[in-house]
Amino acid sequence: MITGTRKPMEEIRAMIAPFGRVLVAGCGTCVAECASGGEKEVALLASQLRMDAKLRKISLEVGEITLDRQCVYEFIDQLTPFLENYDAVLSLACGAGVQAVAEVFPQWVILPGLDTGFLGETREAGLWLENCRGCGECRLHLFAGVCPITRCAKRLFNGPCGGSRAGQCEVSPEVQCAWHLILERLERQGRMDCLEEIYPPCDWSRHQGRGPRKIQREDQRA
Amino acid sequence: MKHRSNLQAVLEGAHFAVTAECGPPRGADSQALREKAQILKGCVDAVNVTDNQTAVVRLCSLASCAILKEMGLDPVLQMTTRDRNRIALQSDLLGASALGIRNVLCLSGDHVCFGSEPQAMGVFDLDSIQLLYAARTMRDQGKFIGGGALSDPPKLFLGAVENPFADPLGFRARRLAKKVAAGAQFIQTQCIYNLERFREWMKQVRDLGLDQKTHILAGLTPLKSARMARYMKEKVAGMDLPDAILERMEKVPASKQTQEGIKIALETIEALREIPGLRGIHIMAVEWEQVVPQLVADSGLLPRPSVDRGQ
Repeated sequence: MITGTRKPMEEIRAMIAPFGRVLVAGCGTCVAECASGGEKEVALLASQLRMDAKLRKISLEVGEITLDRQCVYEFIDQLTPFLENYDAVLSLACGAGVQAVAEVFPQWVILPGLDTGFLGETREAGLWLENCRGCGECRLHLFAGVCPITRCAKRLFNGPCGGSRAGQCEVSPEVQCAWHLILERLERQGRMDCLEEIYPPCDWSRHQGRGPRKIQREDQRA
Repeated sequence: MKHRSNLQAVLEGAHFAVTAECGPPRGADSQALREKAQILKGCVDAVNVTDNQTAVVRLCSLASCAILKEMGLDPVLQMTTRDRNRIALQSDLLGASALGIRNVLCLSGDHVCFGSEPQAMGVFDLDSIQLLYAARTMRDQGKFIGGGALSDPPKLFLGAVENPFADPLGFRARRLAKKVAAGAQFIQTQCIYNLERFREWMKQVRDLGLDQKTHILAGLTPLKSARMARYMKEKVAGMDLPDAILERMEKVPASKQTQEGIKIALETIEALREIPGLRGIHIMAVEWEQVVPQLVADSGLLPRPSVDRGQ
């Protein structure tokens, strides 16, 4: 899931200030799962904006809509009949959704209502953890299912640094040391020999070294 | 130009080696560096120059090493992977060799969040083991890690660090084995206050035969005060300072704590010299280089050996 957190009210208020009619557009998938951009959050933000405008005696019309996804054209198209009534869209999608909508409607102002976070896991209600950086070359099998690129602050491939304390990372003491977890699991699995291997430098060009990435699958194309 | 560094020749000559650390200044004036180096000259076999230690911007390690070299010292270039990618690192390795700097210590480095520029992007393109591997590949195979040939292989004596006290304890010796396999010819350890745990680690090291494959130098930081001891114990990541040492420092009056710290360091050196497989000491007297000549002299480690470095 792609996580996002809603921008502070001050920032949203400044962004929409030039516009009299704003459509708050939610996204029903990832950001709904992380409770920042689904239908509920759209309703909440829209009423906050209306109240705020009223208190400040500003004329502001706020509409609400939530698409299943803002990153897929078939869903984005559902905005078409509504746009004429608004000066700007305040999108509560991730950055990919905001850009996809802006791409489809280049003549409209599309504003980001969220700060996009990371690829995460919902650990429990209200707790999301970053587990994957989308590096393009998954090596989780080598590291007992714990990604050192994402979960080690120094992205170490060949064992822990010397700074962890009682299994916690020196950089963020509330975070478990990824290498501590890797070692614990490998030991439990009787696979400590995995650690003798010297893993070569990462091929970052598969990550972000060459600008935006693309997946094109002929078998999926019409 | 001599083929071997002084440090390599001392270690290969089976002498008990003494190295010390020298932190460059936070400015472009080399005078402070020269003064520190002058203090260390003659009483150590090589001088480590830290690479933006604790992620604080300082005069660069490579330039500092060149200055030390010019003053007649044998510099150890500390190189962290935190700030430079593999292009810059390999380029600096060539630069070091061209300047006659032979010793390179490969580290990942302290995280940027602890330093003077916490907003910086930590590079970590390679880790310390991959840097060792890269340096060895350049030296022994005449190739860059990208695969391309280089015209004149750098002459390097490669080192790495190990923290015998870091978690998880049972894995530390095996991690050392990995560093040795990647090319570490010498090892400098985190500073030692817990001798018992260090002896245990050295036993693991010997059991793996690693003392035969690499030269291990034990790290040492003399305590200046009880306050410093408390700080080291509580604030420095990966440090193991036993309660007994802290209590010993706190028991003496403030005016005598420095003396007590030196006494502890001398006792530690004496104990370290008895440990089988240990090949030297590395003194990290942070901003207190003046104590180094005294420690070395009082330990009976002077004069430093004069060695043949080959052609």
